[in-house]
Amino acid sequence: MEGEAIDSVVSARGLRKSYGQTVALGGLDLEVRRGEVFGIVGPNGAGKTTTIDCIAGMRTRDGGGLSVLGLDPASDARRLRRRIGLQQQESELPERIRVRESLELFGALFGSAPPVEDLLESVGLSEKADSYFSALSGGQKRRLFVALALVNDPELILLDELTSGLDPRGRRRLWTLVDEARGAGRTVLISTHYMDEAEKLCDRVAIIHRGSVVAVDTPQALIERHCPGIRMRLGCGEGFNPGSALQLDGVLGADMQGGECVMDLTGADAVVPVIRALSEAGANLGDLHTERPTLEDVFMVTTGREYSEVG
Amino acid sequence: MRLAALELRLYLREPSAFFFTLIFPLLLMLLFGSIWGNDPFPEQTFGYIDYSTSAFIGIVILTAGIMNLTVSIASYREKGILRRFMAAPISPLIFLAAEMMAILVVSIMGVVLLLAAGVLIFGMNFWGNGLEALAAFLLACGAVAGLGFVPASLAPSARSGTVIANILYFPMLFLSGGALPRDMLPELLKKVSEVFPLTHAIRLMRGIWLGDHLADFPVEIAVLAGFIVAGGFFAARLFRWD
Repeated sequence: MEGEAIDSVVSARGLRKSYGQTVALGGLDLEVRRGEVFGIVGPNGAGKTTTIDCIAGMRTRDGGGLSVLGLDPASDARRLRRRIGLQQQESELPERIRVRESLELFGALFGSAPPVEDLLESVGLSEKADSYFSALSGGQKRRLFVALALVNDPELILLDELTSGLDPRGRRRLWTLVDEARGAGRTVLISTHYMDEAEKLCDRVAIIHRGSVVAVDTPQALIERHCPGIRMRLGCGEGFNPGSALQLDGVLGADMQGGECVMDLTGADAVVPVIRALSEAGANLGDLHTERPTLEDVFMVTTGREYSEVG
Repeated sequence: MRLAALELRLYLREPSAFFFTLIFPLLLMLLFGSIWGNDPFPEQTFGYIDYSTSAFIGIVILTAGIMNLTVSIASYREKGILRRFMAAPISPLIFLAAEMMAILVVSIMGVVLLLAAGVLIFGMNFWGNGLEALAAFLLACGAVAGLGFVPASLAPSARSGTVIANILYFPMLFLSGGALPRDMLPELLKKVSEVFPLTHAIRLMRGIWLGDHLADFPVEIAVLAGFIVAGGFFAARLFRWD
């Protein structure tokens, strides 16, 4: 029991929050362990930001239990904020503040003298140290906010929609920062509506939909549990009859698309037997590639909805 | 302190925001000074400028403490900058105090301009005690900003902040003895204007200026201190970060 309490950085039980008639969180359970990168994924409006705001003590929950680093964010917000770093989704700085000034200022607000040059270096903004905030690009601003979330050497970092709206290069730079934070022994909680980002970046993810968690585990385990199959595309010549593939063990579906036969298999272990059987039956096989299901497919299975349809 | 110093630097990088604060009272002084001069009033030792500089200083304090304070904080709130500050472990009062310090420096700049113009152009006289005058000035700044805390704590946007600030600003500008001498007002308005901190602030500063002492103004000092306490209490309870 005690071991679990120490291990758990965030523990939410039946978290509830409404804005007027709108229910943002309807009994959300969450457990974030020390040292992991934990992702909250879901479409816009699923309750990701509300969850993070409640955890950071920026909003007060309506009900349910919540413990963050052993503190209650509702009653101990200021003490809690000394120990966490927060990158908010909608956040700004005064236009005419310089990058270095902003780090010095927030360091001072936390009562600490942060290693400003090191922080600038680690987020790749050393050359922008004397630029005005308003002169930064979207990705640079986001990296500055990550640096600001680190000024107090926090145990837990909360990153809300870290990379939304950025180009692929900007996103990858931020992913590196998250990896570095994990390497430094910090616990990271990120929210994202990019499923691929959660899959690449997170040790564990919680898929949330309409204010509650529908599935939580490592990305790999979620995919294996909810979407165990695999899709295979096999070049097999014009005369191939997909009906013959359907007879084989491990094949759930088969359909011709151009010169390719697209087959849904029960799992990766079905690939070799199926190819061998087709080859022995005299099919003229060509190029082969397989597609593993993604978290996006898991979302579809667990919520019964196309990811792109929601939010 | 760090925040106050930085806010001040930010103000100085955006001079248009407080240009009005510095220039408007100076223009009033030049305008009315050129009409009335500073020759002593009949059977008095002081002239128009000697009598009215406290009022012009009052306008500086009013514009800074109501307008500048409200609009700058409301625009921070509108842009989400306050939410960023909220993520740091500071209380609203510390934040407001820092803003007030920055605004105080702007006010002092305005006062220096007025004093320079008064001395150089109009040969202004001063009969008071410098330290007492400074105390009265700080008390006045605190009380007016204390009232400014109300719109500054609540206004969701720069636009709404401007509207609310105007509602407080103009009655005080005209009724508290800033832009118009209070002697010209009808009795009813004189009574009404007693609710404004600026009325008491100008009366106190003018009294000190003409040679009276702080001890002669217990009511004014009590009212001004009351505004500081009430404003701080209000902000501590109701300040909105977003």
